[in-house]
Amino acid sequence: MSHFIDRRLNAKNKSSVNRQRFLNRHKEQIKRSIDQVITDRSVTDVSSGENITIPKRDLSEPIFHHANDGQRQRVHPGNDQFQQGDKIERPKQSGGQGTGEGNASDQGEGEDEFTFEISHDEYLDLLFEDLALPNLEAKQNADAQEFKTTRHGFSEVGLPNNINIVRSLKKSISRRIALTGSTKRELTALEEQLATLEQSSGENYQARKSLEAQIQHCKERINRVPFIDDFDLQFNHYARTPVPSSKAVMFCIMDVSGSMDQETKDIAKRFYILLYLFLSQTYQTTEVVYIRHHTQAKEVDEHEFFYSQETGGTVVSSALRLMHKIQQQRYPTSQWNVYAAQASDGDNWNDDTPLCKEVIERDLLPNTRYFSYIEITKSSHQSMWHCYEKISELYPEFAIKHIKERADIYPIFRELFATS
Amino acid sequence: MTNQSATKFKDCEWTFEKLEYFDNIISDVACSFGLSTYPNQIEIISSEQMMDAYSSVGMPIGYNHWSYGKKFIQTQKNYHRGQMGLAYEIVINSNPCISYLMEENSMTMQALVIAHACYGHNSFFKNNYLFTTWTDADSIIDYLVFAKKFVSDCEEKYGVKAVEDTLDSCHALMNLGVDRYKRPAKISLHEEKNRQDEREAFLQAQVNDLWRTVPKSKQVEENLNSHRFPQQPQENILYFIEKNAPLLKSWQRELVRIVRKIAQYFYPQRQTQVMNEGWATFWHYTIINTLFDEGKVDNSFMLEFLHHHTNVVYQPPYNSPYYSGINPYTLGFAMFQDIKRMCEEPTAEDKAWFPDVAGSDWLHTLHFACKNFKDESFISQYLSPHLIRELKLFNTLDDDQNNFIEIDAIHNEQGYLKIREAMSQQYNLSYLEPNIQIHHVDISGDRSITLRHYGHHNISLGDNIDEMLKHLYRLWGFEVILESENEVGKVSEITRCPKAPSPE
Repeated sequence: MSHFIDRRLNAKNKSSVNRQRFLNRHKEQIKRSIDQVITDRSVTDVSSGENITIPKRDLSEPIFHHANDGQRQRVHPGNDQFQQGDKIERPKQSGGQGTGEGNASDQGEGEDEFTFEISHDEYLDLLFEDLALPNLEAKQNADAQEFKTTRHGFSEVGLPNNINIVRSLKKSISRRIALTGSTKRELTALEEQLATLEQSSGENYQARKSLEAQIQHCKERINRVPFIDDFDLQFNHYARTPVPSSKAVMFCIMDVSGSMDQETKDIAKRFYILLYLFLSQTYQTTEVVYIRHHTQAKEVDEHEFFYSQETGGTVVSSALRLMHKIQQQRYPTSQWNVYAAQASDGDNWNDDTPLCKEVIERDLLPNTRYFSYIEITKSSHQSMWHCYEKISELYPEFAIKHIKERADIYPIFRELFATS
Repeated sequence: MTNQSATKFKDCEWTFEKLEYFDNIISDVACSFGLSTYPNQIEIISSEQMMDAYSSVGMPIGYNHWSYGKKFIQTQKNYHRGQMGLAYEIVINSNPCISYLMEENSMTMQALVIAHACYGHNSFFKNNYLFTTWTDADSIIDYLVFAKKFVSDCEEKYGVKAVEDTLDSCHALMNLGVDRYKRPAKISLHEEKNRQDEREAFLQAQVNDLWRTVPKSKQVEENLNSHRFPQQPQENILYFIEKNAPLLKSWQRELVRIVRKIAQYFYPQRQTQVMNEGWATFWHYTIINTLFDEGKVDNSFMLEFLHHHTNVVYQPPYNSPYYSGINPYTLGFAMFQDIKRMCEEPTAEDKAWFPDVAGSDWLHTLHFACKNFKDESFISQYLSPHLIRELKLFNTLDDDQNNFIEIDAIHNEQGYLKIREAMSQQYNLSYLEPNIQIHHVDISGDRSITLRHYGHHNISLGDNIDEMLKHLYRLWGFEVILESENEVGKVSEITRCPKAPSPE
């Protein structure tokens, strides 16, 4: 006799531990792979997970096996043309080793990469492992302007819709027990007396009458205690507690003058993506403002920001001013955490550089959590770098980094935010 | 009309009552054919759970290891993209015999699977000599529970990384961790636990004794030098390591043992793929047909059944894009059918080739075949000329000295024997896997271990031997040398680990 068991309601994720082990073991390769795929994303696309591709040899489980040489015999089915002694050309793929195991997928012979999907959270965790936003703690409470209502115990006064019924009834019951206790005892005693009186025979009509009156009196007293009273009522109490603002705005500032080619822009884009993902991990809402500039600055959308071509000179301060203006108008620091990332190839009109310094120090830094400047160039630094260098020495929230090529981005990003 | 189609649809859905009903009638038929089975434990699972079961290579309980995670990710990916369907069932060689049925299956499918797994595979597990000699269906579940607990205890004590390293190396050598000839003793879980402590102490003491560095009298030393260790080449490398590796901690020895035991448990399955699947397929076909003859299932049931059955036994020809070797279901099913045919309607050819089989009682002959063979011997015993013609088998000879492939034999009078022999070799594990044995350990010198690969047909080892030696080195702790002996007895060193010879 067979025994049937329904296992469908059992836990499904028996393999999740093993999956986690796999991810941990191949963290390095996965990180490398993430770095490669990151350019294909839109800056603000954080909803999706990621396809991770790792070279197969990195996760091989080796066993002793034969090479493809020597003399081998092999039996095949479905002969439709061969005679004994026929000599035929050796087919290109000489695989097909395993004895017909796995009817499904022996086809993708040349497949040498292992692709799989990780969830969005896993993706971010891996990407930003050991990284933290700087200067976060110190400012957190000082700026708090948002409030959240939370449960805060119980009170005896409040609005009717906040009545806590269970507690109120409990109080009501205990009050009624307290107030009627002695009367009830009295009542039981009287009733017993009455009972004994009724047992005994004869002329005790008077006594019975008075007893019954007393019993009646007691019952009335008990009934007079109200079922619920004002001071039974208990109300849920709420309190408003300040919460740190969880909104961030990220200003992307980029030079789009003639000297910036698409390659440089792509590098900048990678950096922005990383920063955006990183912020969105910490903050509930993250908005992005794109400001591009040559001699004049303009707020644009993402596509225009990265892909439209402009020519002309470079005046960086115009963008910084615009950023300040937008920030003041739309993103007050009381509600928003402001982050700025500027990318440039280092070109600036020489006379403009001192102006930049002034705007940054006076207007931007006091309102900004973090201002990062990356310079993407292979040639030597110009005046703007040296000027920014001085600022970064004075202000810890201002950071500058130099990127030479694609491969530098992720390491430099990690350098910027590494927890010391 | 709509009503009728509604009831029809309802008919395809399975319910527990129907499952029990079908199990009963299938069981009756199976009994009438003399199939003896372990009691069945049939578990209904969802597709997610099936993927879990897949990735733990069919073990109902497995210790944690990244490689299972990798398999899971692979399976999940392929399944979600629709590149691969999940198996309809998984069956475990245990007593009671556990089979997993997918909830997605239709009623017909469930009946097929019950006949296939719960009576076909089950009876094979219970009766085939390889399984009865080398696996212990009664204790495997307990043993797996014990293994899982032991591994997780070790992880807690010594760290996940250390355990993982050891397991990695053991997994690499897993195929060389089986006894091919010696029969392991049966023990229960409790005994296993009790013995474990004893073994720990005893083994450690023994190993120390083997490697004792206290100087001995000269005579003893000479004796030691004169006899080699091990006295005979050892084929079970993991066993040898478990007993003799000088630097392993006792918990590592136990891990080696666990992997070795599991390898041994799966060894018969790897040797009986064709027979096992063939046997199960033969019986689901025979049982369901009997049910149809008895009028217990209707035409629509039968049509769906035949559709699935045909898919299972489909053999694409060698030049089809779907061809990936011989389908073990096809070959096994066809062979059992062929044996039955030879018993019932023997031809003159059958009588000449199989005097014992032709005209005998088919049930008796079939049970005899199931009990006493493995793929290799089964094919060389029973592959008939009739079947070779039917499958149009041909044998190719691929010599890397030539720039062509020769057709060595086809399905004609001269070819039958050759094809049968080649086919049997194709399922001979000791031919398919490199024959590597522990040849020599330098116990009085640098403690290096020498492995010898016995080559045949000029086939060399794959290109990952360095990687493999590293794993062996991790377990052994001292130099590992791999040499190769070819068919004429010439021995040459292939590689060693660690690579660089010491400067001295």
